[in-house]
Amino acid sequence: MATLEIKDLHVEIEGKEILKGVNLTINTNEIHAIMGPNGTGKSTLASAIMGHPKYEVTSGSVTLDGEDVLEMEVDERAQAGLFLAMQYPSEITGVTNADFMRSAINARREEGDEISLMKFIRELDSKMDVLEMDQDMATRYLNEGFSGGEKKRNEILQLMMLKPKFAVLDEIDSGLDIDALKVVSKGINEMRGEEFGCLIITHYQRLLNYITPDHVHVMMQGRVVKSGGAELAKELEERGYDWIKEELGIEDETVGQEA
Amino acid sequence: MTVETKMALTEQDVRSFSAKMNEADWMADFRADALAKVEQLPMPTPDKTKITKWNFLDFPAHAVESATFSSLTELPAEAQELVSENQQNIYVQHNNTPAYISLSDELKAQGVILTDIFTASREHADLLKKYYMTDGVKVEEHKLTAYHAALVNGGVFVYVPKDVVISEPLQVLFLHTDAQASLFNHVIVVAEANSSVTYVENYLSTVEVATGQANIISEVFTADNAKLIYGAVDVLAKGFTTYVNRRGVTGPHSRIEWALGLMNDSDTISENITHLVGNGSSSDMKTVVVGRGDQKQNFTSEIVHWGMDTDGFILKHGVMKEAASSIFNGIGRIAKGATRSNAVQESRILMLSEKARGDANPILLIDEDDVTAGHAASVGRVDPLQLFYLMSRGISKEEAERLVIHGFLAPVVSKLPIEGVKKQLTEVIERKVR
Repeated sequence: MATLEIKDLHVEIEGKEILKGVNLTINTNEIHAIMGPNGTGKSTLASAIMGHPKYEVTSGSVTLDGEDVLEMEVDERAQAGLFLAMQYPSEITGVTNADFMRSAINARREEGDEISLMKFIRELDSKMDVLEMDQDMATRYLNEGFSGGEKKRNEILQLMMLKPKFAVLDEIDSGLDIDALKVVSKGINEMRGEEFGCLIITHYQRLLNYITPDHVHVMMQGRVVKSGGAELAKELEERGYDWIKEELGIEDETVGQEA
Repeated sequence: MTVETKMALTEQDVRSFSAKMNEADWMADFRADALAKVEQLPMPTPDKTKITKWNFLDFPAHAVESATFSSLTELPAEAQELVSENQQNIYVQHNNTPAYISLSDELKAQGVILTDIFTASREHADLLKKYYMTDGVKVEEHKLTAYHAALVNGGVFVYVPKDVVISEPLQVLFLHTDAQASLFNHVIVVAEANSSVTYVENYLSTVEVATGQANIISEVFTADNAKLIYGAVDVLAKGFTTYVNRRGVTGPHSRIEWALGLMNDSDTISENITHLVGNGSSSDMKTVVVGRGDQKQNFTSEIVHWGMDTDGFILKHGVMKEAASSIFNGIGRIAKGATRSNAVQESRILMLSEKARGDANPILLIDEDDVTAGHAASVGRVDPLQLFYLMSRGISKEEAERLVIHGFLAPVVSKLPIEGVKKQLTEVIERKVR
């Protein structure tokens, strides 16, 4: 079992504090969902875990099995087993999707132990089938000209090919129609198991109809303000967020406001 | 050394060089006339690059004598990599010496000419005179064209007769192995009506530093309905002052495609112009550039639309690292009467360091109403979000940058018609951007 532990994490962007002490522990074989209205710091948490250049961690810690993640370069975090499915993946001209994924797989293997081309293609084909992606997506330039839905599927394809210990999925459901949502969920559910832990960030409960979380957290004002089981997501679906605000005496849930 | 230097060579010198190279008499006169014009003519004025302090005139030796090759296996190793084993049609020039030539019997029988410029002046005098600095580049354009005309010390003449379609590329290798050598090469490629040919040239320095001049002119002509692909990879050493002028003139419904990998380590002024003279003719001009060190470069890509229904497309991508600087001038000019013409261009520069400089100038000069035109230009750095994205998949920063840079240059590299040359360009880019 592996553990990703976030302790009292404070993060700034351009001098403005967004995360104000986040605590969260995720083990492999667990799916966590972070919910919350817009502007409460959910995506900042995702980006900060992966080491996005714009976000500055001012205090607190992130560790993976005791190793200090915040000391690592972005590629080292990936090598250590972290993955971030991005809300807005970059487009990269001239680099095909397949070449990119092969480079990424080989980057985490020893020299001389590169994945064979045949094995790579077989695996890519089978994962693309699961995600109902056209075969030509492999030879197109990375994310270039992909529709919003294609980009999201491509993120999950990379997740399935790279098999990280922990994945953070940043609003992977936004902009997806119900069919695409089902396909993407199928891919994520295939990853479930003892070797895999996941943090799903979403506004909406509907993704959680297809991926049942073990733990649900609500973020407001840059902190986790409430945690529970799958039933918490259902409750949020039915009752919205206001009752939590009331319970905690919060007037404005967005960052920058104090309780 | 100063720029307003007294010219090193006299009329007597150029005439005796002509005699030594066994040229036809007309060529000796042509040189002497040009030399007489050098003094009065002004220097060229490349847009946005000040070249008043550049030394384009001095050199240690007008011509050097180098070994010939009896087979391609005698070429230096780095040159051999450019040549595929079954390359039947090839000319190799070793510094200033015509060093190896091979043209298949089949092409000879069809009337195809591939020969060094000195021999061409004798054996194909009428043909060469028709094209040599007449409708393409003119002697009087400026000081450097006249200087070139007087001092030509190498080059090649390629002639493809009417209706001849050559499927395999013709290859020309200009090998630079002597630091003292100067390259005043003149290339003429003629594709007659309904013919088709791919011409690929390499400039390869095997020495680290040059002390001479590179003043290179290519003129290419397509007659009715002909198609010509012109590929070039220039890898000239630091120390040259390089002026390279590649020009095309199209006949009706003909097409010239350029794919240029401009990888010199020298300060370089490059001018690539196609005149779309014939109605319905077109030109595709693709260029990639990598600058490094404290190199200063200026690249002009221009397509001039004279004929009706002409189509021009300019695509230019450059990477600048360290303290290199470069100007990209992209010019689409549509003359009065060139109705229904289309001029499109795209220039992009990627800068890899704080000190690198790049400037992309898209220029459209349009004197006709019924036309279409478009341009896109950008100068920027490697997007940190692209790097973050690639690195978040476990790819190292160096590898991520490499992927972004190769991807950025891929649109031109992938167009080069000879595998060995494409591979070479990829490797040169790899070496230069590392």
